[in-house]
Amino acid sequence: MIYDVINNLTGSPVLSAVIVAMLPLFLFILPFALVAVYLERKVSAHMQDRLGPMRVGYHGILQTIADIIKLIQKEDIIANENDKLLFNIAPVLVFVGSYAAFAAIPFTSVYIGAQIDLGIFLIIAVTGLVVAGILMAGWASNNKYSLLGAMRAAAQIISYEIPTILVVLSLVMMTGSMNLYTLSEMQTGYFWNWNLFGGSYDLLQKLLLIPFMLIGFIIIYISTLAEVNRTPFDIPEAESELVSGFHTEYSGMKFAMFFLAEYANMFAVSAIVAALFLGGYQSPFGYLGNLIGAEWLVSIEQFLWFTIKGVGLVLVQMWLRWTLPRLRVDQLMTVSWKYLIPISFVNLIIIGLITIL
Amino acid sequence: MSFESKENIENKSAVRTEEMVLNMGPQHPSTHGVLRLEITLEGELITKVTPHIGYLHRCFEKHAEAMTYPQVIPYTDRMDYLASMYNEIGYVIGVEKLLKIEVPDRVEYIRVIMGELQRIASHLVALGTYGVDIGAFTPFLYCFRDREKILHLFEITCGARLLYNYIWIGGLSHDLHPDFVRLTREFIKDFKPNIKELNNLLSYNKIFIDRTANVGILPVDTAINFGVTGPNLRASGINWDLRKDDPYSVYQKFDYEIPVGEGKAGTVGDSWDRYYVRVREMEESLKIIEQALDTLPDGDIASAIPKRIKPPAGMIYTRVENPRGELGYFIISDGSINPFRVKVRAPSFVSLQIMDELCRGHLVADVITILGSIDIVLGEIDR
Repeated sequence: MIYDVINNLTGSPVLSAVIVAMLPLFLFILPFALVAVYLERKVSAHMQDRLGPMRVGYHGILQTIADIIKLIQKEDIIANENDKLLFNIAPVLVFVGSYAAFAAIPFTSVYIGAQIDLGIFLIIAVTGLVVAGILMAGWASNNKYSLLGAMRAAAQIISYEIPTILVVLSLVMMTGSMNLYTLSEMQTGYFWNWNLFGGSYDLLQKLLLIPFMLIGFIIIYISTLAEVNRTPFDIPEAESELVSGFHTEYSGMKFAMFFLAEYANMFAVSAIVAALFLGGYQSPFGYLGNLIGAEWLVSIEQFLWFTIKGVGLVLVQMWLRWTLPRLRVDQLMTVSWKYLIPISFVNLIIIGLITIL
Repeated sequence: MSFESKENIENKSAVRTEEMVLNMGPQHPSTHGVLRLEITLEGELITKVTPHIGYLHRCFEKHAEAMTYPQVIPYTDRMDYLASMYNEIGYVIGVEKLLKIEVPDRVEYIRVIMGELQRIASHLVALGTYGVDIGAFTPFLYCFRDREKILHLFEITCGARLLYNYIWIGGLSHDLHPDFVRLTREFIKDFKPNIKELNNLLSYNKIFIDRTANVGILPVDTAINFGVTGPNLRASGINWDLRKDDPYSVYQKFDYEIPVGEGKAGTVGDSWDRYYVRVREMEESLKIIEQALDTLPDGDIASAIPKRIKPPAGMIYTRVENPRGELGYFIISDGSINPFRVKVRAPSFVSLQIMDELCRGHLVADVITILGSIDIVLGEIDR
């Protein structure tokens, strides 16, 4: 594991823990956010008959960097009526919530931030922090629109956590593990060993499982969309109604924190879905590294596959965002409580029955 | 427990509830201009909506009294800035009636073509921004892409893209560009499939229908009582269109239908109907333009009128079917070169008044759905 390698190098457990914790941030999340913001703008532009950013760098590839420089230079406005303490903590909390999830996500078979047995449980728990951060932001802004947005966000995220957890439970039941690393390792081999295709069960059970796994996959994808506030569930930030909701009052780097958290979150949930259903970092066709006998190549390939799966799901999120209108707040609740939760309950029971066959 | 004692308990308890007043606008992305809506909320339910207008008031009517008759035309452009051509048509028809002059056939045909192109352009803005209000950003840009082609047609005709000053008393400022007919036909050919695309992307989208159907239902009697006209009235199921019911210009010569709301997605007169009536009106406008292009006569583009326009003393009320409804001009002439009074009946001004009626009992998000569906232009409301 990466922690042991670094521990051997530095000889200090605390220092190596800090390094391990920082690695995904600097190696992955920041570069990913840079690329994803650019990608989002380009994807939306080309979907809408536009060109998108074209001025900064070749086809605007440096646009995000220019934006960040602009954001850093901006004045950090805190209005007199704001609750200063909460106002300052909120963006940090939101960012920590989405960033901490990366600890338990296995990027390759050799890199995982924290090899803990309750991995998926940890992720669900820490992403709950995001709700607190959003509520704080809305309340501390002392702005009616922000407060409305924050209340909606809290209601929405909590409601959609239930179907997510139920689907995760069905997988935990099926595989007997909450550790994302173990889960990914169990899906090794070819793509028909992915949980989406019934995991490592017998052929008969696999065939029985596939439709229910598909339902589970769709449910968890929809719920995670809602959890990261993306269209059609972007009600907390509904621009046309709430003028962007809980982060209306934020400027400069604090705003950038929310922004970064949003993109980090987008990837985090996609990565979780990929790890649960799409084999995580496992290649669907076997590894070139094993074929030519270069062991070191395998983990690089695994990282690539993981990124491809994660970014692929993020692209679908973008596609949906630029195609669909937004649901209303009561319809959003209806979708969760009346459809997703009952269906995922039934799904959970059926999957349980099939696995004990 | 009796009613009073319950109330007492409520008064004593530290927790109390009160209505929240939310100010929407004047700076808000979805008020379609500088409109302020004072919304009284109970939770997220609306109990009252009060529109506050006047942020864009430019004294058009008073100003017109100091202008000569032709000088008023550019000011009419600036009322409903999304349908400038039609504002000019209404005003010019009024002055021509006062002057008792006939205009050449070619002029009438070109006016109809321009008016209907303007109707499509205006509806495209309405539909596109409506999509943005509901949260779908992409249809907005598709609509603006097509509107751009219409603006280009206007630009090659008169040089302006938004405020044209094209329709003059007794004629037009320019004849059509030699390419105009060809380009317009090309536009019609390109645009027809785009309406289908818009329908597939937005109109029949399940989420869009969920958001708009059965929201802000405008019953026929309320619509008539408030004097609502145009697509908003037709969406409630009444076939009332001045182009057919009080014909002006050469509209009788063309064959087209007046779409009315049918309640396909929900109830007759809901927001979806108001939206869809506009989509279908664009199709009908295309029919009119096609026929007008086919039968476009040759001839002069100006009738013989005196240099100084001095209508005889008198008054007139003319009305035309502007993209937003009945646009009326009440012009009083005292025989001088300046109009004594120009009063405008602005369709958006009337439509905005139904906001309170439509919004009560809905959620905050529905205010935007409803406001977008009645398609107001603040330039016209405040004048």
